[in-house]
Amino acid sequence: MADDTAVDTAEDAREEEHKVVPPWDEVAAALVAAFDGAIFHDSHGQPVVYVPREHWAAAALHLRDVERFTTCLDICAVDHLTDADRITVDGVTPERFEIVANFLSHPRNRRIRLIAQVPATDTTIAAVTPIYPGVNLAERETFDLYGITFDGHPDLTRILMPDDWEGHPLRKDDAPARVPVTFKGDPGPR
Amino acid sequence: MADEIETIDVDEELPPPSDGEVDDEVDDGLVDAGDFDAYREDTAEYDRLAAQTDEGAQLLTQHSEIVVTGGPWPELEGESQTMIINMGPQHPSTHGVLRIMMELDGETVVRAKPVIGYLHTGMEKTAEQLTYVQGGTNVTRMDYASPIANEIVFAMAVERLLDVEVPERAQWMRMLLAELSRMASHLLFQATNGMDLGAVSMMLFGWREREETLRVLEKITGLRMNHNFVRPGGLAADLPDGWEDACLDLCDIVERGIGEYDELLTANPIWLERMVGVGVITTEEALALGASGPILRSTGFAWDLRKTQPYLAYDQVDFDVIYTENGDCFDRYRIRLHEIAESMKIVRQCVERMPSGDYRVQDKKVTPPPRARIDESMEALIHHFKLFTEGFRVPAGETYVAVESPRGEIGCYLVSDGTGKPARMHIRGPSFYNLQSMQPMIKDRMVADGVAIVSSVDPIMGEVDR
Repeated sequence: MADDTAVDTAEDAREEEHKVVPPWDEVAAALVAAFDGAIFHDSHGQPVVYVPREHWAAAALHLRDVERFTTCLDICAVDHLTDADRITVDGVTPERFEIVANFLSHPRNRRIRLIAQVPATDTTIAAVTPIYPGVNLAERETFDLYGITFDGHPDLTRILMPDDWEGHPLRKDDAPARVPVTFKGDPGPR
Repeated sequence: MADEIETIDVDEELPPPSDGEVDDEVDDGLVDAGDFDAYREDTAEYDRLAAQTDEGAQLLTQHSEIVVTGGPWPELEGESQTMIINMGPQHPSTHGVLRIMMELDGETVVRAKPVIGYLHTGMEKTAEQLTYVQGGTNVTRMDYASPIANEIVFAMAVERLLDVEVPERAQWMRMLLAELSRMASHLLFQATNGMDLGAVSMMLFGWREREETLRVLEKITGLRMNHNFVRPGGLAADLPDGWEDACLDLCDIVERGIGEYDELLTANPIWLERMVGVGVITTEEALALGASGPILRSTGFAWDLRKTQPYLAYDQVDFDVIYTENGDCFDRYRIRLHEIAESMKIVRQCVERMPSGDYRVQDKKVTPPPRARIDESMEALIHHFKLFTEGFRVPAGETYVAVESPRGEIGCYLVSDGTGKPARMHIRGPSFYNLQSMQPMIKDRMVADGVAIVSSVDPIMGEVDR
């Protein structure tokens, strides 16, 4: 795959590995071996592991303590309610919500991405904040905008929207301009 | 009526008793009784005035005799109580609309919690309504102090999903623009940081050089800010005539400018007093809290994506990663000051070594036909029209791309569902995460240090709230 925007320096070596073993990334391979139901996926040259929801926090802990991933860069959600097309990975049951976490290991200079499927009927997942305190605001944002509940988060409140807001604006069924724009003191139509 | 005017005149002409200003006619310089005598003719009026004056003095005495009742406040004795105050959202040092809830013990900050969302405009939702061509107009408004970094990260994410390789000249042009943008951003920091700490002339100096930088960006992209110049597949236009001279002149101006800042601030005792040892953060704290950019580098950890995970053509240019070891506000100031010089190094190398070639990929899927073709070919016109109304389709997939913005790692997580608009576009704003690193910095410091700390984190609220 010709991809010169790849950020990893050891890409050539991995390309060769890729042809031999499906999980060419050793961190991903370790995750797949350690957790039941974890699936490796090569997403445009980036290692991605689909982790079952129940192993979410354990996988993050494994990355921190065993694999020396120093930072959880980001946690966000994706709503797949209205997707025309969607990447399907063998062995992963697609659900409406996906929780995506990007990890970076500074000492090893590599990245990995974990994705968990969260059904619309039970939008809860374990919080990563107790493991990586840096995603505190990110998990609050995901809760605010998608209504995903992070079990074990110390302060799960709305962050970007007002506290009395109803609904979760980044969900696909929360239509834009659902709330009409109003101006205080507007004299109204004459 | 006339009497009233007279009395007012009297009042004004009486010289203050202890004033050194002496009337020519009076030698002793004391209260000139003569003037009083002249008005003593009008006895009744004088008495009224004198009485009033006396009465006023007594009134003042009466005021001063107000007795403060009550003993010492029992709550303040023994175990100290904390108090919560808000800094912001309308405080000038909060760089926009950041509100910090600070729990204070006396004047010492026990805890601080940033409260955000005042600038939330739903840009990630907006991104789902815009085509990939229009997306740049959206992301460029997030970190408005360094818009090019946002545009580059978005364009790189789209290109990765499209599997499109950008020509070499486009990569160098992007690098040039990114470094100009970094210079503008860090110059803005020098201005606001100085202003926050009371060095108001720094505000003017910083703004002066920043404006020159924006002038060059305007010459290249057409706009001072929010350029929307970096597009998926390349750039909007080629470099204009005379860009080399504009960039070199700018480097000379800014070089002189940062020399002035250095002279004015770096050894200034007041500046050192406010900055050195204030807002200290360790490498472990910074990494755990997801801090990146100058905050991480100030702790002695030389991490810069331009070096560690090179993108564009950063592996072909010569520059240094600036880092310091104390992790305080002064170090973050010094890092940004020296990074301006490193960016100028890269700009000069870009001028010297800018490769020739195309500024955008000649892939008909993403690139509109050239203007000349539109005049002579109906197909080219249709192609152009469709590209700018419907946009192009991006194959289903997901990717995360990160680049080094002036504030740290800016990332774009992009999910495509195979249509012409992203299914999800998430920006990992460095300011959003850097704000959290304020907590260990501000703990056990004075309230006044909070201003220096917020300033040295340099958050851009457009990127925090998106």
